[in-house]
Amino acid sequence: MTQERQFGNTILNVENVSLSFGGVKALDSVSFDVLEGEVRAIIGPNGAGKSSMLNCINGFYKPTECTIAFKGESHHQMETHQAASMGIARTFQNIALFKGMTTLDNVMTGRNLKMKKNFLWQSLYFGPAVKEELEHREAAERVIDFLEIESIRKTVVGRLPYGLQKRVELARALAAEPEMLLLDEPMAGMNHEEKEDMCRYILDVNEQFSTTIVLIEHDMSVVMDISDRVVVLDYGEKIADGTPDEVRANQRVVDAYLGVKHD
Amino acid sequence: MFYREAGQFKSSYQADQAIFPIIQDRWFMAIVFVVAYLVIPLIADEYWFQAVLIPFYVFAIAAIGLNILTGYCGQVSLGSGAFMAVGAYATFKLVTGFPELNIIIAFLLSGLFAAAVGMIFGLPSLRIKGFYLAVATLAAQFFILWVFNKVAWFFNYNPSGFITAPPREVFGFLVSGPEAAPVTRYYVSLIFLTIFAFAAKNMARGHLGRAWMAIRDMDVAAEIIGIRPLHTKLLAFGISSFFCGVAGALYIFVWLGSAETEAFDLLNVSFPVLFMIIIGGLGSVLGSILGAGFITILPIFLTNAPPMVGIAISADFAKHLEEIIFGVMIIFFLIVEPAGFNRLWQIAKEKIRKWPFPY
Ligand SMILES: Nc1ncnc2c1ncn2[C@@H]1O[C@H](COP(=O)(O)OP(=O)(O)OP(=O)(O)O)[C@@H](O)[C@H]1O
Ligand SMILES: [Mg+2]
Repeated sequence: MTQERQFGNTILNVENVSLSFGGVKALDSVSFDVLEGEVRAIIGPNGAGKSSMLNCINGFYKPTECTIAFKGESHHQMETHQAASMGIARTFQNIALFKGMTTLDNVMTGRNLKMKKNFLWQSLYFGPAVKEELEHREAAERVIDFLEIESIRKTVVGRLPYGLQKRVELARALAAEPEMLLLDEPMAGMNHEEKEDMCRYILDVNEQFSTTIVLIEHDMSVVMDISDRVVVLDYGEKIADGTPDEVRANQRVVDAYLGVKHD
Repeated sequence: MFYREAGQFKSSYQADQAIFPIIQDRWFMAIVFVVAYLVIPLIADEYWFQAVLIPFYVFAIAAIGLNILTGYCGQVSLGSGAFMAVGAYATFKLVTGFPELNIIIAFLLSGLFAAAVGMIFGLPSLRIKGFYLAVATLAAQFFILWVFNKVAWFFNYNPSGFITAPPREVFGFLVSGPEAAPVTRYYVSLIFLTIFAFAAKNMARGHLGRAWMAIRDMDVAAEIIGIRPLHTKLLAFGISSFFCGVAGALYIFVWLGSAETEAFDLLNVSFPVLFMIIIGGLGSVLGSILGAGFITILPIFLTNAPPMVGIAISADFAKHLEEIIFGVMIIFFLIVEPAGFNRLWQIAKEKIRKWPFPY
């Protein structure tokens, strides 16, 4: 099935990303590309630098040297704000929801960047401000329907179980209508059923909205199932890059990460 | 997918987004309005206006202001007294320097001054958080009051160091000065409170409020969504200080009539306003008003109620009792129910809504 999928141009190209924390080299000259519309996985053992990679892509970490080209625009470093407005959204390894806000408000916050009416309009809640709020409410509700979280719309997210929080976080990211979605271990800590649901949502997003997906995941069967191409990191270095089958067959990957061959 | 009709969708969101989505709430608000605007002015006497209602409304505006900053945006401030002082002193300079200037305009301009000062003192909030920010705002509090105390230009070289409200009219009604009727001053403070409360509520439920709460709950995630921390926090400081500034102007020109900087110090203003939002409910406009009401009315209740039921207590004792009650309540609300009165009110409404079938 994956063989038949067609992808567009390169949407993201990262070249020579290097990042260190004190003495620790979290990333060492990592380069890879992502094609429009594909599901790209980043895998690697704990501490390999996967999350750091995502943080560099959306500007949260500032790599010492690198070129990041998104949609043909080349940057030395990204700014978080810039990354967000260019259409990059993400979820976090440790859920980073706004705990005191409801599901609906969290999802609406995902659209904040698209809302322009200034505080004077808002303080009046009148005319254009109302129109804007309602338009975005509708868009937020579409995301809520899509991820089937209608019933917890008005629930404060701090009170939700873990699996649902992960889903709300995905909803918040989707609400921004991103062109590229960075998912940091979206299925960590979920049971089998929840994982299946999450996989389905990710594939649906990819298919229905043609959103490009960059995904970090530890569960190999998931990675092999849903990704088109895989980058493997180990100690901050890229050790393999290719289709799931190629990566699985790569000896360095087997040594570094998989330990024993699966199946 | 079985989508519901678009038309139905839309109208239901509009209704859902309304400020008071539940009809009982709308009735309740209507009653509150009738009482505040029509009943109270008919039955209240000068004592009630001056000792209870006007300070209640003025402090409610300040509490809403602080709640925007602390409750919604999560930036703890002990500087509300100073920002109120900026509003009051700016109004004083404006109305004495430009006697023809409409005093309402002077109040609003003074709010803008306070907003500017608030934003300057809000700059450190980009770097420091929580306790350290509270200390920085405390420094602002002392510094600003010290300046108003030392630089005689601010109180027009008045030897006593006081600023005094001159008589000023609006639409033929005297609203400030010793001759201004209590009922007029009552209406001025009430109208300001009404407008400011609605404006705050509207901002809080729009994308600006969500940006504030996002910064409060998880600033890292907020930044990655594209919310700019500095911009958002400074706007909170500015708007909050605008509210405090106007409240400070009303505090002197509509309520006290004259004062010196001591009226704005930590124990007289900053702490009580902070207590109001803790007791009333952090992140709630209604809570700010309830908290302000509670804290202005409790002392009066304590001095008046015991004698009414035949218990004689000294003024000293009433004062101590008041402090004990505040202390206990603050501890209670901080530990047990951080959402304050507002939350208790929500719970009560839940109960009422379900009554008599509690399932
Ligand atoms: N903010 C930081 N400060 C200091 N060191 C950091 C920081 N973030 C990451 N590191 C270090 O960088 C290295 C890579 O971390 P990273 O979180 O990117 O790994 P990861 O591949 O996502 O691991 P995991 O599978 O455990 O999530 C680790 O050695 C980590 O300790
Ligand atoms: Mg990680």
